[in-house]
Amino acid sequence: MDFMKRFSLNYGAVIGLLILTLIILMAITAPLLFPGNPWKTVAMPLLRPMQDPSYLLGTDMLGRDIAAGIAHGAKVSLLIGVVSTLVAVLIGVTIGALAGFYGGLVDDLLMRFTEFFQIIPAFAMAVVLVAIFSPSFISITLAIAVVSWPSVARLVRAEFLSLRQREFVQAAVVIGQSGPRIILTQILPNAVSPIIVTASLMVATAILTESALSFLGLGDRNTMSWGFMIGAARTMLREAWWMSFFPGLAILLAVLAINLIGEGINDVMNPHLRGRKN
Amino acid sequence: MLNFTLQRTGKAFVVIVAVVVLNFLLIKLAPGDPAAILAGEAGSGDPQYVENLRQQFGLDKPVVVQLWNYLSGVLTGDLGFSYRNQVPVLDLILGRLPATLLLTGAALIFSLITGVLFGVLAARHRGSVLDSVITALALLFYATPLFWIALMSVLLFSINLGWLPPFDMETIGAGYTGWRRVLDIAHHMVLPTVTLGLFYTAVYTRLTRASMLEVMSLDFVKTAHAKGVPNSRIIRRHVLRNAVLPVFTFASMQTGQLVGGAILTETVFAWPGIGRLMFDALMQRDYPVLLGVFLITAMVVVVVNFITDLLYRFVDPRIGIS
Repeated sequence: MDFMKRFSLNYGAVIGLLILTLIILMAITAPLLFPGNPWKTVAMPLLRPMQDPSYLLGTDMLGRDIAAGIAHGAKVSLLIGVVSTLVAVLIGVTIGALAGFYGGLVDDLLMRFTEFFQIIPAFAMAVVLVAIFSPSFISITLAIAVVSWPSVARLVRAEFLSLRQREFVQAAVVIGQSGPRIILTQILPNAVSPIIVTASLMVATAILTESALSFLGLGDRNTMSWGFMIGAARTMLREAWWMSFFPGLAILLAVLAINLIGEGINDVMNPHLRGRKN
Repeated sequence: MLNFTLQRTGKAFVVIVAVVVLNFLLIKLAPGDPAAILAGEAGSGDPQYVENLRQQFGLDKPVVVQLWNYLSGVLTGDLGFSYRNQVPVLDLILGRLPATLLLTGAALIFSLITGVLFGVLAARHRGSVLDSVITALALLFYATPLFWIALMSVLLFSINLGWLPPFDMETIGAGYTGWRRVLDIAHHMVLPTVTLGLFYTAVYTRLTRASMLEVMSLDFVKTAHAKGVPNSRIIRRHVLRNAVLPVFTFASMQTGQLVGGAILTETVFAWPGIGRLMFDALMQRDYPVLLGVFLITAMVVVVVNFITDLLYRFVDPRIGIS
């Protein structure tokens, strides 16, 4: 209750939550509001926004409804954003926990591995991965996860290093609990809040990366996505600005909303940091 | 110092070898015949060429031998052959690299200068309207897709206002030389540089602001205030000098992202760099070029990190050489 109260005092976070709720609703109701395939030609090509009241955001060069595309595209962006973050958190927590808990050689090896993934250019690597394994929901999700886990690993390692020294952990060692058990039941629950903050901000980055990949034509061919719409509209910029304007606005709003929520959670969960921001 | 340099050189070398091994694994793991992949999936019309590749790659030999062949090939400068372009991949990339270095370098400088400037302004006038405006704008640009802001600025500044050229690096066929050419390139650079840099401007603004506020709360700043040092001097000499270091560290870590962002910017602006090359390679399924660009990007990042590490020793003597 306290959490909700403090969160609701942060206007930015509340606005973000509101926008995100609307986008999620749009994703869920897309099949009802815009029944049928968003790839299908439904009207005259290149209708301007507001020109025909039934196609408020206009149509593209093949007469597809832009509004329908945006509503259907929401699903892909959100889903890939969330699933890839979950995978990245899973990898990051595993590696960070092992490195931080066992220390020594394990730590050295795992951290060199993590550093390597931090140095190499993330987006270029995602492009190569998706291109080679051919674009699909799974390859895109995994590629984003593979390039975004290192920050989680470093964070979790740092948390584990400090929690490892605490008395309750030493007590657990003394009564003979096994390593995996201490990691999962003693330390991890105490490291959850910074992980949640990082993960929530990672969803936003993942959505940006997904849109950039599908902008380059590396999207799943079977599903409509915001990035793809902008990519397809690129050469039509002079004739039809609305084709790229509205999907981009959708990405901007989604990412902004998630960032605002993430910062709100951060302020509530790490009150000692609040002085730094305000 | 020599010891340190050697150690860092070794580390950089290991990273580059690891990227090459990664490329090798990708070719092996990719669905389909590795030779056909290297020939470019759609361009595998010539069976003789694929057969040559198969022999060169040693596909009938054990994996370790294959890895060694590939690794020694790449490390001696053989990044493969672009069947599509009928040119060695290395030549193709080296021809395009200067344009990318120019663009990303300019974007880095632009974003650092504007980011630090806005960050300092916001921190100095903390809680004021100016601070709120800067913070809000930083939040907005932090959430804006790079390629979209690029397209929208083409729409506004090139198509509607006609102020800036939307494509290419220089006026094709104008045949400018000397300063005329430099000015022409600079004119073409404005939009790509700013649209690539804006996202990082937002990042550095937020970072500088947070870092400034942190340093401003430290004791030595209070002391300076107490002994009557003018405020602007405290900000400039005491706070900024300490606050800007983490920003530079972060900026050097972000070079990889900047080069990645160049793929998008160069695609939108038809900028003749390796990002555009990567996009064309994607369209043509020219995998040797794709992997080559990836390797070269990683090398650029490693070199930049290496230089920043060395520079630190001069900028901040407190950082030990170990």
